[in-house]
Amino acid sequence: MKNTVSLILRGFVYVAMGVTSLSLFGILGYIFVNGVMAFKWSLIFGEYSSSNPAIGFSVFTTCVMIVLTLLIAAPLSIFCAVYLTEYAKRNNKLVTWIRLATETLAGIPSIVFGLFGAIFFGTVMRLGYSILTGCLTVAIMLLPVIIRQTEEAIKSVPDMYREGSYGLGASKLRTVFRIVLPSAMPGILSAVILSMGRIIGETAALIFTLGSVAQFPSSLLDSSRSLAVHMYISTRDGGSAGREVAFFTGAVLIAVILFMNIGASYLGGKVGKDFEN
Amino acid sequence: MTNTQEEKNVKDIRNSAIKEKGAEYFFLLCSLMSVGAVLLICFFIFRGAWPTIKTEGLWHFLTFDKWKPTDVPPLFGIFNMIAGSVYVTLGACVIGVPVGIFSAVYMAKYCPRKIYAVMTQFVSLLAGIPSIIYGFFGMMLIVPFIAEHMSGNGNSVLAASIVLGIMILPTVIKVSEVSIRAVPRSYFEGALALGATKEQAIFFVGIPAAKSGILAGIILGIGRAIGETMAVVMVAGNSNILPKSIFKSVRTLTANIVLEMGYASDSHYDAIVATGAVLFLFILLLNMVLNVINKNANASGGLS
Repeated sequence: MKNTVSLILRGFVYVAMGVTSLSLFGILGYIFVNGVMAFKWSLIFGEYSSSNPAIGFSVFTTCVMIVLTLLIAAPLSIFCAVYLTEYAKRNNKLVTWIRLATETLAGIPSIVFGLFGAIFFGTVMRLGYSILTGCLTVAIMLLPVIIRQTEEAIKSVPDMYREGSYGLGASKLRTVFRIVLPSAMPGILSAVILSMGRIIGETAALIFTLGSVAQFPSSLLDSSRSLAVHMYISTRDGGSAGREVAFFTGAVLIAVILFMNIGASYLGGKVGKDFEN
Repeated sequence: MTNTQEEKNVKDIRNSAIKEKGAEYFFLLCSLMSVGAVLLICFFIFRGAWPTIKTEGLWHFLTFDKWKPTDVPPLFGIFNMIAGSVYVTLGACVIGVPVGIFSAVYMAKYCPRKIYAVMTQFVSLLAGIPSIIYGFFGMMLIVPFIAEHMSGNGNSVLAASIVLGIMILPTVIKVSEVSIRAVPRSYFEGALALGATKEQAIFFVGIPAAKSGILAGIILGIGRAIGETMAVVMVAGNSNILPKSIFKSVRTLTANIVLEMGYASDSHYDAIVATGAVLFLFILLLNMVLNVINKNANASGGLS
């Protein structure tokens, strides 16, 4: 009797992990195989039209968005993490507020960010549907992601390093920029790479901020589509040609994100290792 | 040392002190950005929702089941969508939570050390797949499967629950695994010494000891499910009805926003923002529950 229950439970454990792995490989495999089959050169380099919803413009927009969003979000989050770990005193009221705010930001659904971005950046700041609106919106979403991981990375730098630096007469600021941040760099880079994945995959927050005009943007105030938005609009409106391009776009997204995950975990694995000897 | 030299040194020290202090304030300013962002979000979402709440009344807006934004006068009631969000979230939990917890047990207690790193990669990859891809996958495979082998046209509560169930897996697995690992070895060893099997030690001693952490994981998963938009929109059918079975179409709060925001104007637009505000409140509520659980867990040293 005792053994039967145990056996059943053990069975469940293996079945559950099987289901988890199978879902992952099912999704990745299905999208990837179909995406590769849908591949045509004209889908990348061709001119966008309803019969050939090429993704070229959208690749360009996505790259622009990655750069711009990171330029806004990364310095802010890294400095915030520096403040929280190196400067803030324990039990400081302000720190409690900052932590509460980042936790709240981390939990807000992307569609609410989208609503906010459309109202605040789009309407109040008069940026309309544009790359800039989209980047500012996504930048806020990234703050908690980068802050949390940068904090972890900075915390893993041994105090010995800081003390050595102070001992040699360096100021706190110099210690932060010359000792702490460079030592924590792999962890910070891993956080930045993971947040690039978030930018690439984001859809709900972008539809009403970046908009969905299928065009090469000529300025940051133009509307365009990121890859994920292009995938959604194509599935929704594009008929069978849209499905094809959605498969292809999906495969591109998965390939990029797979690549980034591997890069991030390689760098993440390096965190703390340098300090062991 | 000459007099001027001394003055210069004093000046240098003062300058560097100013620089140090200035940098600290600059870092603080950057940190306050997230506080500012949260305040701005609260302000603009709730201010945008206010006209609707004022004209419709909060209770009526929440409990009325007709949504006819283009009628004259327009009717705004989001009861069906609240119910829809709750249904698909519950469905996601029914599917995702057991699989997630058992998978977490595998990761913490059964996984051979050699493949552990690979399995962790799998789980974080599952978390990294964009929601649009989950939605597309559901639309191309799960929806047709339900239409063919079960009943209805496939766009249903069931399809949304399956997709969301898979999506909350990584959250549930990661958090549960950490809390199962946090249970002291002595608990398991004590149980084993008393003659329990490995499974009994895990499921009747380990899991109860890790329950507050597991609960936190489930609540994070619920938060993800209730706020998920793209994946749900693509598989749920989105009719504004109260679904009578799991094979019927359903519209969630998130779907309502993403479907209508593009063309909404005036009072319709306000009502969409109000829908977002209700969703936002749900999430804030979940956050509070999560904080209470985490506080309790910390108070009892991670165990309760």
